[in-house]
Amino acid sequence: MAAAPSSPGPLRPDRPSVPFGRGGADRHRTRAALPWPLWGPALAGLGLLVLPVLGLVARADWVRLPELVTSDAALTALGLSLRTAAASTALCLLLGGPLAVVLARGRPPGLRVLRSLVLLPLVLPPVVGGLALLYLLGRTGLVGRYLDLYLGVRVPFTTTAVVLAQTFVAMPFLVVSLEGALRTAGDRYETVAATLGARPWTVFWRVTVPLLLPGLGSAVVLAFARALGEFGATIAFAGSLAGQTRTLPLEIYLQRESDVDGAVALSLLLVAVAAVVVVLARPRAVEGAR
Amino acid sequence: MTPRSSALDVDVELGRPGFALSVALRVEPGEVLAVLGPNGSGKSTLLGVLAGLLRPDRGRVVLGGRTLTDAGRGAHVPPHRRGVGLLAQQPLLFPHLTAEANVAFGPRARGVPRRAAREIARRWLSEVDVLELADRRPAELSGGQAQRVAVARALAAEPDLVLLDEPFAALDVDAAPALRAVLGRVLRAGGRTALVVTHDPLDALVLSDRLVVLDAGVVVEAGPTRQVLARPRTAFTARIAGLELVAGVAAPTGLRAPDGAVLAGHREPGLVDGVPAVAVFPPRAVAVHRERPNGSPRNVFPVVLAGLEPRADVVRLRAAAAPGGPGWAEGLSADVTPAAVADLGLEPGLPVWFAVKATEVTLCPAPGETVSAR
Repeated sequence: MAAAPSSPGPLRPDRPSVPFGRGGADRHRTRAALPWPLWGPALAGLGLLVLPVLGLVARADWVRLPELVTSDAALTALGLSLRTAAASTALCLLLGGPLAVVLARGRPPGLRVLRSLVLLPLVLPPVVGGLALLYLLGRTGLVGRYLDLYLGVRVPFTTTAVVLAQTFVAMPFLVVSLEGALRTAGDRYETVAATLGARPWTVFWRVTVPLLLPGLGSAVVLAFARALGEFGATIAFAGSLAGQTRTLPLEIYLQRESDVDGAVALSLLLVAVAAVVVVLARPRAVEGAR
Repeated sequence: MTPRSSALDVDVELGRPGFALSVALRVEPGEVLAVLGPNGSGKSTLLGVLAGLLRPDRGRVVLGGRTLTDAGRGAHVPPHRRGVGLLAQQPLLFPHLTAEANVAFGPRARGVPRRAAREIARRWLSEVDVLELADRRPAELSGGQAQRVAVARALAAEPDLVLLDEPFAALDVDAAPALRAVLGRVLRAGGRTALVVTHDPLDALVLSDRLVVLDAGVVVEAGPTRQVLARPRTAFTARIAGLELVAGVAAPTGLRAPDGAVLAGHREPGLVDGVPAVAVFPPRAVAVHRERPNGSPRNVFPVVLAGLEPRADVVRLRAAAAPGGPGWAEGLSADVTPAAVADLGLEPGLPVWFAVKATEVTLCPAPGETVSAR
């Protein structure tokens, strides 16, 4: 960046506004002292989060591990998990993306209530969510009975049900983190685009979405991770049919009864996937989801 | 490109807790109107109403015969269909697009094919002297460069009305004069109707034909820019102006006043010899002498002290034209220390010499009406 403008006048040729590394630690800086009693609970908390994974690693049968994670049942469950998690992530994006934009930019009536409703699945036990889905879409459910009656469609205990259960649980993560990103970014660029004559749809695709891409990436990863680990809502709404609805978490739960080594091996597989997700999505997703 | 010249008619009222805006004004086609006022006077609210970002409680906004807002009928044309461009303090260039793509945004949005939009963008970038920065991202531009690109982007969208919201406020003192000159040039060349909101009288002098002064949501003064600033009818406007001003014509050596005297000073970029111009300087830049000083100051002229007025920590001397001295010195002010008043024995009626260093004087073009003696 050495090119100086040939323009006249005392224009400063080069003063790039690139910040010095984000949040980079400055070793010269001191802070207000931390009260020492915080250290004990902090370390205990960290231990509670990290040590169980170590326990899992210690318990694993590393010799049989390759064989265990490549068993038919394991591969079937893993394949189903990846497919359904991908499908539900796509569904989250398709429905949750617009929902986040409407919540952040629109002025829907009862915005506060709507936002609380979106948060509901975050705090609801997933099993309850699964039951709720069952009584909405089940054969005798509120909507399900008509689907069955008029269209002959039965949703529960199918792969579709798995996807819906995962979407139900994962979408709030995407909506909350996207909405946070949108609010942080503000609408100044969109306003400028409008004064340049861009129609709302043009503004959305050429300004809102590109500016949102970094936040979108981590929101998607977060939603995918949540969908991949989904258990409670899935087992309540979709059951545990091998190859159809038995995802990896369900398979682990089942194998725990018969083959502990297998369950541990598959657990490690999910830990590995989670680790990749955390590396990819941290820390923005965590900040966005606060 | 056809110059867009549309008249703007505004008559609106908007009330908020603790604040009310009530403004009626007209901007002729191709005219640049400056809106001067302190913070909280309603300048930005007025721009928001014009841009369609705020709905007034009452009144109408008509641009080039098109009704953009009519509160009575509930009519409100959305911002993207108004043909009203906005240049804010911050350049707000889209960070994900190059400078060129930023400028091409407006043309693309109105359906110009990609290649043609690119051509338009490059022409506007060269118009504001930053064509060589076309491929840079906003993060790689200085504040002044980014604001130039923002000017190009606003004008490339071909708005019928350009709104400038303190466009130099966020710039270095180094970058502001150059951009001011560029903006003055492109606004005039395009014959565009524009509204410049500012609290700097220099912006108004360089850019505008007419000036309205806004205070607490109402217009307290209006008229040709130089006239309003040179002869403030209210103390309020005088305080905003805060400047001494001599009108004349730009000459190679400085500003030629109506009596032929030449005032030397620092030339603003874009000043062309022979055009109406003003010499502007703050009253504190004026030194006062009992005898004609010799030495460095080039701008020396005799006056008669008309009055002394104590201010916060200075004494303001007001001058009257001296017999045989320049007529334009009538009404000029000088701020001196109380100690200087005592040392020199200054009192009304005393003939003295005013001296202004050339480095303290700004010479800038004064568009609009022809020169009139003060």
